[in-house]
Amino acid sequence: MSKFMEWVDARFPATKMWKEHLSEYYAPKNFNFWYFFGSLALLILVLQIVTGIFLTMNYKPDAELAFASVEYIMRDVEWGWLIRYLHSTGASAFFVVVYLHMFRGLMYGSYKKPRELVWIFGMLIYVALMAEAFMGYLLPWGQMSYWGAQVIISLFGTIPFGLGDPIAEWIRGDFVIADATLNRFFAFHVIAVPLILLMLVVAHIIALHEVGSNNPDGVDIKKNKSADGIPKDGIPFHPYYTVKDIVGVIVFLIFFAIVLFFIPDLWGWFLEKDNFVPADPLKTPAHIVPLWYFTPFYAILRAVPPMLNSQFPGVAAMGLAIVFLFLVPWLDRSPVRSIRYRGGIYKFALAVFVVSFLFLGWLGTQPAGGIYLTLSQIFSILYFAFFILMPWFTSIDKTKPVPERVTDK
Amino acid sequence: MSKDGVDLRKRRFLTATTAVVGGAGMAAVAIPFVTYMTPSAKARAAGAPVTVDISKLEPGKMMTIEWRKKPVWIVRRTDENLADLKALQDKLADPESVEPQQPVYIEGSERSLKPEYMIMVGLCTHLGCSPTFKPQMGAADMGADWKGGFFCPCHGSKFDLSGRVYAGVPAPTNLIVPPHAYLDNETVTIGIDPEGVAS
Repeated sequence: MSKFMEWVDARFPATKMWKEHLSEYYAPKNFNFWYFFGSLALLILVLQIVTGIFLTMNYKPDAELAFASVEYIMRDVEWGWLIRYLHSTGASAFFVVVYLHMFRGLMYGSYKKPRELVWIFGMLIYVALMAEAFMGYLLPWGQMSYWGAQVIISLFGTIPFGLGDPIAEWIRGDFVIADATLNRFFAFHVIAVPLILLMLVVAHIIALHEVGSNNPDGVDIKKNKSADGIPKDGIPFHPYYTVKDIVGVIVFLIFFAIVLFFIPDLWGWFLEKDNFVPADPLKTPAHIVPLWYFTPFYAILRAVPPMLNSQFPGVAAMGLAIVFLFLVPWLDRSPVRSIRYRGGIYKFALAVFVVSFLFLGWLGTQPAGGIYLTLSQIFSILYFAFFILMPWFTSIDKTKPVPERVTDK
Repeated sequence: MSKDGVDLRKRRFLTATTAVVGGAGMAAVAIPFVTYMTPSAKARAAGAPVTVDISKLEPGKMMTIEWRKKPVWIVRRTDENLADLKALQDKLADPESVEPQQPVYIEGSERSLKPEYMIMVGLCTHLGCSPTFKPQMGAADMGADWKGGFFCPCHGSKFDLSGRVYAGVPAPTNLIVPPHAYLDNETVTIGIDPEGVAS
């Protein structure tokens, strides 16, 4: 075996890469619960790619055939229901895991210098994931697929200076959502966006392994190395964290399997009831809502009133809600990373932000107008206040001294 | 790498020109790929006019037909509906239809060739959902002073029975009135102007 690896290593850096990224990648020894979600996201990415490949074997990207082909997979293809529900449940699980992963970053300041690019690549993955989910949702060609896509593509139609309509037509490939739209979304969903996602994931991990992982204390473990140059608070990723992550995977799979086998639509949250009705271009369902992972942004969109005969301000606000997340590494002026050593102001601000995000998510599923609109406006303001006021409240916030070494908390 | 006897200016010039020519080539190649995604000749041609028999439509009722893959509504309005149109003026964003959301031969609060029949594209001018027909006066969910019209379930926009948008709702403009012409008292063609020219 070793002779064989020598032969390979002289031609391809297999052992070198194994060491760099696994057996000699030293991660802080104090990772907690919140550090499961990165590897879980990777697991779900693999799950989505594998189930996706199998779904394409029977799916037909054609406006006449798409809905029936999904029903065919569900009813007539051997184990088709399992592959399809794995894919649909996996999509929502992906966002659950990614949102928790992002919250971890906000909590422990994992975006702060020198990890700005880790955060940026992560945000790009998030945006690519939203595009992937949106285009995938059109493919079953149900009522929600159709009208959801109609609304989202119309957002591009609100771009001013006469650019809106040509751009919307360019995206649709027709004057309305049609076969051309379904066909190209299929192309993007199964090949273009997954390729981009994979490349971004590689960039995310390379950037992370270049600077090293942050930890719940926000302590820089590379400052304290033993004589052989290994961080005193570091342990090799493999086998220590690979084994720990397997435990996380098992717990995750328990929850995943409960949803998958007993409530695959999660009472309409993962698969909307109206999407079991074939797309009808002449009739919008009475309550059209995007899937749960988009609803916070949808609520922001609806919270902004039209200005100058244009809906563009709402669309711009929705875009800004994501742009601000990209800027967090530069908006945060605090000298410490982890929430453990920050003062009460940051803890309060982060709590307000999380509550606002969750409430906006709920409001996005409610009918437009009335008290829901007022609440959406209040929580939208709080959402943006978190970012706009961040340079101020992070610089006046009283911080506690950060220890030299990681703690065992 | 040895740079002895190398004309560095010439090397820089050659590097720059190669990069510029290569870049121009990339830009040129992008054109067919970008244009490939615009509506095809077939999609552009699929706009044939649609002729509808409206003789069976009862007063106060609406029928939906498909034209260019979009819903087109035909509403038969009652005399009471037509009287209400005038009363609504000050609640609307564009009561006189100033914005060009209709052919030039459509005007006034009625926005129709025959006041009795209102014809419009049933897609909200906000984000393209198809609003719901709410014909009842003072419908419970629309408020006591509701005179009948359309409510968009997606974002709450309201329109009257002429497809005119209410003020203060997300939709910026009135519903689109498609070009149409009456062939006789019972049939109307969507997609042509009264002079019979397809548009």
